[in-house]
Amino acid sequence: MKNKGLMIGCGIGAVLVVIIIGFVLWGVSIYNSLITLEEGVNQSWAQVESQYQRRADLVPNLVNTVKGVAEFERETFTAVTEARARVNQINFTPEMLENPNAFQQFQSAQGELSSALSRLLVTVENYPQLKANENFLQLQAQLEGTENRIAVERMKFNQAVQGYNTRIRRFPANFIAGITGFNQKQYFQAAEGADEVPRVEF
Amino acid sequence: MLFIISMFLSISSAQEQFPKLNRYATDLTNTISANQLEYLNRDLKTFDDTTSNQLVFLMLASLNNYPVEMFAYEVATRNNIGTKENNNGVLLLVAKNDRKMRIEVGYGLEGALPDALASSIIRNEIAPHFRRDDYYSGVQAGLNAIKLATMGEYKRDKILDDDEGTGFPIIYFIIFIALSILSSMRGGRGGGLAGLILLGGMTGGKGRSSGGFGGGGFSGGSFGGFSGGGGSFGGGGASGGW
Repeated sequence: MKNKGLMIGCGIGAVLVVIIIGFVLWGVSIYNSLITLEEGVNQSWAQVESQYQRRADLVPNLVNTVKGVAEFERETFTAVTEARARVNQINFTPEMLENPNAFQQFQSAQGELSSALSRLLVTVENYPQLKANENFLQLQAQLEGTENRIAVERMKFNQAVQGYNTRIRRFPANFIAGITGFNQKQYFQAAEGADEVPRVEF
Repeated sequence: MLFIISMFLSISSAQEQFPKLNRYATDLTNTISANQLEYLNRDLKTFDDTTSNQLVFLMLASLNNYPVEMFAYEVATRNNIGTKENNNGVLLLVAKNDRKMRIEVGYGLEGALPDALASSIIRNEIAPHFRRDDYYSGVQAGLNAIKLATMGEYKRDKILDDDEGTGFPIIYFIIFIALSILSSMRGGRGGGLAGLILLGGMTGGKGRSSGGFGGGGFSGGSFGGFSGGGGSFGGGGASGGW
């Protein structure tokens, strides 16, 4: 009699152990898939960042070239140089992708540089001699190419974040995401007033 | 730029806008004669066969108010121009009535064909011909300049290697099955170890070749037909008008 009770107890224990092991394995596989998605987000963020960096690196060269010809547009140059300085001050780490304020700050600093640069290029339209300057044309092409790359990488980043955010919010992965500390990440949004920024036609 | 982004986001509903390409050179406006187009097509096919770079030309009437950057990106991406391993695709897009064009450069060729060079090709090689309504000469000059810039970047033979690689696992698989049948017929477990080793070899072989499949190599089915290899684009290149 006593023996039988022990056997039943063992049976229940074994079943419980199997269930727990199954649970842990299931959790681990979900956890790993979340890690993969998060790495994807970080990787596309690195692409976005390197394109922004590339743009910031182009600025001094561009300003110098334009300065030689259009010397009295001082205000426009200063705006570009200052915006670039602010952009370079920001030290953005991938952890900040989960921080709405830091992300917003990054985005608005980059947005200021965007609009300062496009104002500069609009001003340049008044100087036909620049439009015949091969050095300037090449810089303009590089800047335009960089802006376009930024747009593409931002789009890819948003897609990666969308995949990640959807996964961690949906049942049952949200359960694992909650206990292992995966948080939602920020998207790029079109800033207010973005439509008012003069669009540069090259 | 933000305008372009919002356009990028809103296009998923309009997929049919972007042509599916099955030739290396396509002219939807019938401006370039059939013979000349066929010549371009063959020329670009040869270029693909020898260098593995997929250079594709598309001329159409209008962009339907899309920015040329976005249109070119979508056409290039949807048609998977370039190989998957090298991302070495280039698209020359000409919108005749909009008088706009773009050279869209895949990730893997951004070094060989930087934006400044692409822009210079548009301004100095293509646009002068277009201004005289000589579209064929402009396109030819542009394609030649792009070929020259990207020629030495990659080699074709790598992909042929990988095609061979995909053959190995099948052989392993057959041997594995044959051995396990043999061993089960004999009733012993003698073949088991050999089978396992071969299984290991089989999966190893699969892993090695997985990166390569999907090159432009299988475009040989119909003569001169184009089939994308899965290359990806990051918005590199330049745009211009005439």
